Amino acid sequence: MVTLTINGKQVQAEPGMTVLEAAKANNIMIPHFCYLEDVHQVGACRICVVEIEGARTLQASCMVPVREGMVVRTNTARVKRARKVLYELMLSDHPRNCLSCLRNQNCEFQKLGELIQISEFRFEGERSKTFIDFSSPSILRDSSKCILCRRCVTVCNEIQGVGVLNVQKRGFHSVIGPADELPLNSVNCTNCGQCVMVCPVGALLAKDSTQIVWDAIFDPKKRVIVQTAPAVRVALGEEFGYPPGTIVTGKMATALREIGFDDVFDTNFAADLTIIEEGHEFLKRVTAALTGSGATLPMITSCSPGWIKYIEHEFPNELDHLSTCKSPHMMLGALAKTYYANKIGVDPADIFVVSVMPCTAKKFEITRPEMFINGLPTVDAVLTTRELARMIRDAGIEFSELPDGKFDDPLGFSTGAADIFGTTGGVMEAALRTVYEVVTGREIPFERLEVTPVRGLSQVKEATIKIEGTKPEFKFLEGVEVRVAVTSGLSGAKRLMRDVANGTSPYHFIEVMGCPGGCIAGGGQPKPTTKAVREARMRAIYAEDAGKPKRKSHENPFVQKLYEEFLGEPLGHRSHELLHTHYVPRGRYNQFLGEKIPVQVAK
Amino acid sequence: METKLEHRCECGEETEEEKLARIAQIAEDFKGQEGSLIQVLHLAQAIYGYLPLHVQQLIAERLEIPLSEVYGVTTFYSFFSTKPRGEYTIRVCLGTACYVRGGAEIVKKLSQQLGIEVGGTTPDRKFSLEVMRCIGACGLAPAVMVNDTVMRQVNPDKLNRIMEMCS
Repeated sequence: MVTLTINGKQVQAEPGMTVLEAAKANNIMIPHFCYLEDVHQVGACRICVVEIEGARTLQASCMVPVREGMVVRTNTARVKRARKVLYELMLSDHPRNCLSCLRNQNCEFQKLGELIQISEFRFEGERSKTFIDFSSPSILRDSSKCILCRRCVTVCNEIQGVGVLNVQKRGFHSVIGPADELPLNSVNCTNCGQCVMVCPVGALLAKDSTQIVWDAIFDPKKRVIVQTAPAVRVALGEEFGYPPGTIVTGKMATALREIGFDDVFDTNFAADLTIIEEGHEFLKRVTAALTGSGATLPMITSCSPGWIKYIEHEFPNELDHLSTCKSPHMMLGALAKTYYANKIGVDPADIFVVSVMPCTAKKFEITRPEMFINGLPTVDAVLTTRELARMIRDAGIEFSELPDGKFDDPLGFSTGAADIFGTTGGVMEAALRTVYEVVTGREIPFERLEVTPVRGLSQVKEATIKIEGTKPEFKFLEGVEVRVAVTSGLSGAKRLMRDVANGTSPYHFIEVMGCPGGCIAGGGQPKPTTKAVREARMRAIYAEDAGKPKRKSHENPFVQKLYEEFLGEPLGHRSHELLHTHYVPRGRYNQFLGEKIPVQVAK
Repeated sequence: METKLEHRCECGEETEEEKLARIAQIAEDFKGQEGSLIQVLHLAQAIYGYLPLHVQQLIAERLEIPLSEVYGVTTFYSFFSTKPRGEYTIRVCLGTACYVRGGAEIVKKLSQQLGIEVGGTTPDRKFSLEVMRCIGACGLAPAVMVNDTVMRQVNPDKLNRIMEMCS
């Protein structure tokens, strides 16, 4: 341990800690702004400056490592003056239209201002050029609000490995964005929204869809169906003051009904259905591979639209590895406008399907032309968890006082296997529970069905499952060791995909989720989403699963009924039409779409 | 002062394909070497004359780094240009010494005479006009660079002579 003095108090710190971290560990809060624990530490904003004895100038405490005997003062007149001027300078190039900003009352810059307290705008001068990029269905970028903290640059480049955002130009003209001010929808942005999650201000926002949903609800002709993803119920509570990891499934169902949705369905139902389809697809591929006709392996999951767009850009030649299954909410949308519309005798054109998702990429997914059925969108609007919270507040609903409600049948029942779809490793675990049982007739040999090797927040997890005691029809699988891998975050995906592209991947089945930790940490979730928050939401997801009477997708009675009444069999004709899709080779510069980046031609 | 300025433009001697192939090869050679981007851009600009987006894309691809990063570096350094430049690039120093000795007046005069803004190029692609922040020749202030040649103690009257040397 290192001993140093902060504000006259002797404190201990771990070697390697920064002054800011050491102060925090000893309950001394140094105001800071661009620093973001575990993510971003570059000293861009200088708000966290402190006096260090022996140093001529003030030092950014987020960058300076502790030293034995160091004497630090965080709260002197000099520090306070510098901090205030720094804040005022940042504010001098920031619009002050907070009341019309989506981040009002939820803005880190506002919070800093509350702490620093200025009484006048001393620096009035030229403002940076405003550039608002509306082009993406998922993400809105407003450069006028950007304070150049560069958190998004770190996340986009280092954590996600996508590299769409970087600092362009210099000095006062600096702007964060894609090359050449290209719109986000014309570059290889995956719409994952991790940049939105770390933006301290309103410069990067998830596109807001609350108004079109209200419009549909208030339209008497529309039958408005809502569905909620597994990761929403373990995070929504945070928006209403509950600690991370609180399960609010029941209150959420009641709130949705009070908002005015006609049917409250559960994406989890479709997650169970996905497992049936995807599990059979996997078996079909493995069968083909082992019986000589050949198949593309490893098969890779397709639930995460950020991941899908990533592979379309970065590995456009490997799309055959993707499962053809649509993501669960798209399956449910497709069933709502066919199976369910028919059941209730409503014209599908009058049905408006809303998906509440932890995800910004789903906003893009619903616009994909191949997702339309008979000219109608499968899902009409996607709300993030944050948007749903706003609607609940807007409707005047006192969330904490709500009684627990239930999802509606027939598209509302789900097993524990569906719950875990919301976290990294969950789709794999759910698939293994079903596939193993289909092949052997016995439960997967893990205590309480918990496939622990694929659980947790490691970037890449792997497991080998030996298949023993097969049913006669799967004799060829006897003794086969199925190798699986799970990753979350697109840097992890890149790691696994390099081997897939080289033909050296040792796996049969890979699960990829685009956001680090999976949907629980998606771009549409409540802020902040730290490591501790991820862990809490993950625990909640597994608790939800453990508490369910049925924990294997193939035991969902409503899914079974759906096959009897409507779909016929897994991978059958109807499934193929409604539940499966295809992918679009894009290339990193969208070169395979024929949409070349506009090139400046010499005159 | 020399009477005739040397210009090193090689634009006419190589085809587009040949230039791009050379740039690709250079980037390939530097791949994986940390901090090599600026050098590659420098060489590429010498070959191509300027750095349009498709050249930057080629470099990004071959170095295996994001285009947004390449573009960020290109637009950070005033030495790099994303637009075609003239045969003669006239750079006026606006460092402190040159500024107080009339650098700004020279920029104004040149801009009028050439009919282009700072950063622009004449339609005949003969001249480009740029400004710099201190070239370390404060004793010669105000200094002007024409391609690689430094002109000392320039005043508006000397500009005509400089122009003539470029013809």
